[in-house]
This record gives sequence, structure tokens and C-alpha cells, in this order.
Amino acid sequence: MSNTDDQGPIWEVFLQSKPGLAHKHVGNLHASDKEMALQNARDLYTRRKEGTCIWVVPFDAIVSSTPEDDEAFFEPSNDKAYRTPTHYVLPEGAKHI
Amino acid sequence: MEDAKKLEEFQAKIDAEIKIEPKDWMPEDYRKHLQRQMSQHAHSEIIGMQPEGNWLLRAPSLRSKVVLLAKIQDEAGHGLYLYSAAETLGKSRTEYLDELKTGKAKYSSIFNYPTLTWADMGAVGWLVDGAAIVNQVSLQRTSYGPYARGMVKICKEESFHQRQGYEIMADMAKGSPEQKEMAQDALNRFWWPSIMMFGPHDSDSPNTGNAVKWKIKRATNDQLRQSFIDKTVHQAEIIGLTIPDPDLKWNENRGSYDFGEMDWDEFWTVVKGGGPCSKQRLKHYNDAHNNGEWVRKAAKAYAEKQNSKQKVA
Repeated sequence: MSNTDDQGPIWEVFLQSKPGLAHKHVGNLHASDKEMALQNARDLYTRRKEGTCIWVVPFDAIVSSTPEDDEAFFEPSNDKAYRTPTHYVLPEGAKHI
Repeated sequence: MEDAKKLEEFQAKIDAEIKIEPKDWMPEDYRKHLQRQMSQHAHSEIIGMQPEGNWLLRAPSLRSKVVLLAKIQDEAGHGLYLYSAAETLGKSRTEYLDELKTGKAKYSSIFNYPTLTWADMGAVGWLVDGAAIVNQVSLQRTSYGPYARGMVKICKEESFHQRQGYEIMADMAKGSPEQKEMAQDALNRFWWPSIMMFGPHDSDSPNTGNAVKWKIKRATNDQLRQSFIDKTVHQAEIIGLTIPDPDLKWNENRGSYDFGEMDWDEFWTVVKGGGPCSKQRLKHYNDAHNNGEWVRKAAKAYAEKQNSKQKVA
């Protein structure tokens, strides 16, 4: 593996499919700088009018939780059903609430 | 002992149809199997551009040329989606590419056959992409999340590939007698290699056991092959071409076609690198890679310059 085989760092690609919607992760690619990352993202992920805006983010800039965090992060919400509307008992016949 | 417990939890997730994601614990064999299968799949997309590239400058019309160009561009894209997904298994792009360059990794044997006439572009799209789609539709439900997501995207894009091939075959089959003969000849040459794309019979396929248990594969080689044949026979009939298998016969009881035995000696010869174009394909790939060295160097130098400018500013 020589240095000249270098594929460049990984960039994660997010695509907004139409105005008004949130950007959604669609995949990633390799590129040596941010302009190349954006252009490659255009070629690789929008060959069929898939989007109106592209974000590229260096992979290293993303901080992710890990499966070991699951318990501490996500389980506390299991016993907090009162955060959802279906938890509440409404009088018979109440409407628009 | 910890591993036995983890393995049990892993299998429970698989059984419950919960996808495995990159950071989740997975058995080493599961990781290895996926690294091999996904990279072979990626390499096939990349090498698969070559037989079609052969006809790009000789496409018979501007329409067929832009379509072929779009198809080849898709194959490159699909290779890249798959390399991206394979990299999440903790192995770098460079390592995967290195295995292709040195011939250590395999790709689909079908691409080691030559494309001799324009009708071959029809046969490749109709049969080779058709067989690949049957496999890939099934893999949309594979247990590894990044692989499944890649397959969904690829299937969506590939649906035009098979149609463009079939259109070429249909056009030629209703053309002059010479054109029809050319189409039939392409079908004759590509039929058997296409149905062998699904791999050996289940009884001769040592990797099937775990791959099915772990839901990497959602259907066996023989099941997928049968499904492809059942779909394709009628398509050949309505364009007036004959599938080159004298044993091909509808079986009322099974609700499927019976078909003749494949030439497994030929299959293994091609898998082991003895295909008509094996050496050419690999050499061409390596030449293209080496010729691109100055581009990679320039891109890297540019990026370094931009970075140092940013630091000064």
C-alpha cells in the first residue's frame, strides 16, 4: 500500500430531497478536499434529481454514541410514557384535543 | 464464555429481524463473510463496466450511447456504494482495492466473458443485470444494515438496466434475419454463464449454512436461480428467441421450469482466473488505477496546500 494509493478521507453525505424537508444521511465517499467532496457527492448521490441541497461532513467530525451507551442513553425514556399524549385519560366526548 | 452469551444475543437479534449496525458486536465469521461478499459485489460492479465500455464508442445510435453511458456510470456508483458499506466493517477502501488489484479478491465470473457484438449489450443488460437484480432484491433484506441500505438504493437505480438490455434484444429479434441471428447468438453465449452467476448448487455450497442462519443470504443459490429462470423464459418467448437448453420444460407439479445441468468445470475454470478475458480485465483495471496516480497526487497536494493556507489565515 503506497502513499499514492491514498483515497483521501471519508466524507459523510446528507441530502435534502426537496425544500422544506430535513437533510437525510445517504452514504459517504472519499475525497481529498471539501470541494471535491461536494462535487463527488453530486455525481454519486444525485444522478436522478434526488435532491435540492447537499451537505458533506468530514467523518472525523461526527461524534456517535455506541451500543454500550444504549442503556444509559435511551432506556430512561422507557418509563416516561407521560411524555406522550396517549398517556392521558380524557373525559368521554372531548374533541379537538 | 462471554462470547457464547454475545453470540446468543446476536442470533436473537437476527431472528427478530433487527438489523446489525457497524458498531454492534458481531461474530468474527459474520464480519469476514460480509467483507468477502460485499467487496466481491463491489469489485463486480467496477469490473462490470469494462465489457460495456467496449461498445460505448460503437453504439449504433446517439440514444443507445447516452443510455449505455448512464448505465456504466450507475455501475461505478454502485461499486462505490458497496465499498462504502464494506468499509464500515473495519477494513479500508485501499485494502479492498489492493485485493482486487493483486487478484486476491474475486469478482463475478460473468465479466470474464467477451462482448463480441452489439447484441451482447442486450444480453448483458437483460440476463446479467436481470440475474443480478434477482439476487439484489433478495439482499435488500440482508441482516447487515449498511449492506441492506445499499441494496435498496441499487435496486431502485438498476430497474432500467435490465429493460434497456431487453429492448436491444427485442429490437434486434424483430430486425433483419442477420440481426435476429446475432441476438440469438448472444443469448446462446450468455445464457449458461448467467444462470451460473448464482453460484454452485446448494449441496455444493459450503458457505450457505451460516450465511442463511445469520440472514446474510435470504434465499439460497438454487432458489434464486429458479426464480430467475421462471421469470426469463416467457420474456424470451415473446421476442421470438430460444433459450439454448433442450431440457428446459415447464413442470406443472413444481410450478417452475425444469432445466439442464450447468457446466461446472467451465464455472470453476473461470472462477480460478481461466476465463477468456480474466487477464485482460485485471490488467485494464490496474492500468487505469496506475494512470490515475498523478490525479491522486495532485488532489492530495492541493488539499495540503489549502489546509496550510487555512492555518496561516
